[in-house]
Amino acid sequence: MMKKTIAILATAVLLAGCGATDKTPPSNAAADTGGSRKGDFGPPQGEPVHAVLTSPPLVPPATNRKAPAKVIVELEVIEVDKQIAEGVTYTFWTFGGTVPGSFIRVRQGDTVEFHLKNHPGSKMPHNIDLHGVTGPGGGAASSFTAPGHQSTFTFKALNQGLYVYHCATAPVGMHVANGMYGLILIEPPEGLAPVDQEFYVMQGDFYTVGKYREKGHQAFDMQKAIEEKATYVLFNGAESALTGPRALKAKTGQHIRMFVGNGGPNLVSSFHLIGEIFDKVQYEGGTHFQENVQTTLIPAGGAVTVEFHTEVPGNYVLVDHSIFRAFNKGALAILEVSGDPRPEIYSGKQGDEVYLSDKLSNPEAVETAAVASASGTLTKEQQVKAGEVLFKGTCSACHQDTGAGIPNVFPPLAKSDFLVANRKRAIGIALNGLTGPVTVNGATYNSVMPPMSQLNDDEIANILTFALNSWGNNGGVVTSAEVKAERANTKRTEGAAH
Amino acid sequence: MALLLALLSGVAAVASGVVDVPISGAKFESVIPEAPGAKTTTIAPFRLDVALVSNADFARFVRAHPEWRRGSVAPLLADGGYLQHWASVSEPGKAVARKPVTQVSWFAASAYCEARGARLPRWHEWEMAAAASDTVPDARSDPAWRQRILEWYSTSARGVLPDAGASMANYYGVRDLHGVAWEWVLDVGSMMVSNDSREQGDPDLKRFCGTGALSLEQKDNYALMMRIAMLSSMKASYTSSSMGFRCATDVGARP
Repeated sequence: MMKKTIAILATAVLLAGCGATDKTPPSNAAADTGGSRKGDFGPPQGEPVHAVLTSPPLVPPATNRKAPAKVIVELEVIEVDKQIAEGVTYTFWTFGGTVPGSFIRVRQGDTVEFHLKNHPGSKMPHNIDLHGVTGPGGGAASSFTAPGHQSTFTFKALNQGLYVYHCATAPVGMHVANGMYGLILIEPPEGLAPVDQEFYVMQGDFYTVGKYREKGHQAFDMQKAIEEKATYVLFNGAESALTGPRALKAKTGQHIRMFVGNGGPNLVSSFHLIGEIFDKVQYEGGTHFQENVQTTLIPAGGAVTVEFHTEVPGNYVLVDHSIFRAFNKGALAILEVSGDPRPEIYSGKQGDEVYLSDKLSNPEAVETAAVASASGTLTKEQQVKAGEVLFKGTCSACHQDTGAGIPNVFPPLAKSDFLVANRKRAIGIALNGLTGPVTVNGATYNSVMPPMSQLNDDEIANILTFALNSWGNNGGVVTSAEVKAERANTKRTEGAAH
Repeated sequence: MALLLALLSGVAAVASGVVDVPISGAKFESVIPEAPGAKTTTIAPFRLDVALVSNADFARFVRAHPEWRRGSVAPLLADGGYLQHWASVSEPGKAVARKPVTQVSWFAASAYCEARGARLPRWHEWEMAAAASDTVPDARSDPAWRQRILEWYSTSARGVLPDAGASMANYYGVRDLHGVAWEWVLDVGSMMVSNDSREQGDPDLKRFCGTGALSLEQKDNYALMMRIAMLSSMKASYTSSSMGFRCATDVGARP
């Protein structure tokens, strides 16, 4: 059996070999930069350099170094009470006093002497795991530091790229959930191409005992964190971190680079900039880029570098395109682009005219019935006429223009024993939909009809009156008042549509 | 012998007005098992201070043992933060007199208890006493109780400490176990929690490294995990503004 498999594999390889063009070198050897194997440029040269650390959304200047250096990084852990949303405070544990922590920028091949200081006022011990470190734990064990103490460890930055760092002290999830993450950029030896502006943005999810925007000081909710039910999903640690006066600012005609990380602890980001297309995305800050990206996935504990060019002035919105997070949990930031309008690229609104679906063929009949209903002069004929129009716009997609339905799928309304048997039930179904088996004219249907409660009482009364007076049904009138009464009787689950 | 034990356990008032309570021995399910596979740890009867040691209590000790004054103590036994919050080398000052003493090293805390004829509580003793709510001896599976405890961890350490003994007494009559300060334990040096809590390591190691826990039981018990992380970050000479202590004594012989 084993031999046979190998034989088949060998044949497949031979066949593949025949089809391939000759002398193509293996793609890996030609294209890769060597990773950590080629990241050691020898011992550090010159005087040690103190790294410039910046708070978000700022990014330190390029290192502009041509040789490996010894770089001293001093990062202080501080536990701070800060606003997470309007009127809501939270105790954040931070690297450098901000969420995300200070941005660190070094060059590939640099020897980094890392000093982690834990403020004497801290309640917790902390450490740091830098994803850009080659070595066990990414520095975590070497940097475990009690309050009021500091630890030092040294690493050589062998791999270029954009890397997340975070605290890895037990319980790791809680330290991360409290804001203990940031980014370290390890520039390629030749540096990054110059751009007009660079920004530092990081997403994170937060878990509080109180609901979203519940006022006061909010405590960490362990259970919500375990269940991954985030109360807040935020850019740069607060709902207003990058909106209003703190919005990111750019001008038209600028080349923008954003270093975007995701601290987690739990959620993966579908990062999107509304109104822009990323010209370039470098996943995890890798050496290859993808072009023309609309939405890019950033794993928890991962990062991307995105680049784009601004053309049209206006507000651009950074979101997590898992979109409820943007509008109901705070994952929203603004990039304000100023400059002259560019109508040849984007016109803005040019017109606003009435649009009618072709299904709603005779809106006058609906209007007439509505006016008559309001003045108390509505006739059955008016109802039927309006109902026919509304039926075609709303119901005929399933029940068909002929009212015959579709065998085995959508029950008929024509000559329907089910419809005429109970008018009250018919009103209820129109309002609330119907799920599960029903028998109509001897045939069983087991399907789902959605609630039509978006229609007003007049409209439902007219549709049902139309149905009762068409296709051989036995006539009758459903009044707006009956629909109103039925609607009032219906309990709808909180938050249900309509 | 039984009479003597009964007499001893009835003694409530100790030196300088400190009050302690007896806690019966028990088999206790710790987050740090004694040995791999061991479900329970046997805890002998002991007595535990009702409240954390206050600055005023500690000042009396320092006055009687001047070698423990700030500035006189050997740097090996206490780091630079030792009693730095006191008004003078022997006086804490009025503002903090009744607050639990913090900024004390393990060595200093041990010396204080020893001078009282007591010792620091062992981790398992502390853990068992702290597992109690006001009504039951083991409330650890109660999510509401856990969340209440966690709330202390969700506030920064900058706030003013409550007075020692001011919090509500638990099932055993012990106070201040949660929501006030961290506490030194006798066997802190053998709590071999890895500096990188994600390492799994060799599970047999803990058999050779005392009560250390390379893998903690009850991983969702966040409050205890944080306490253990804090204790394992502290060397015996370290001090912290949120680390205090209380004393315990043996009752009879250990089984």
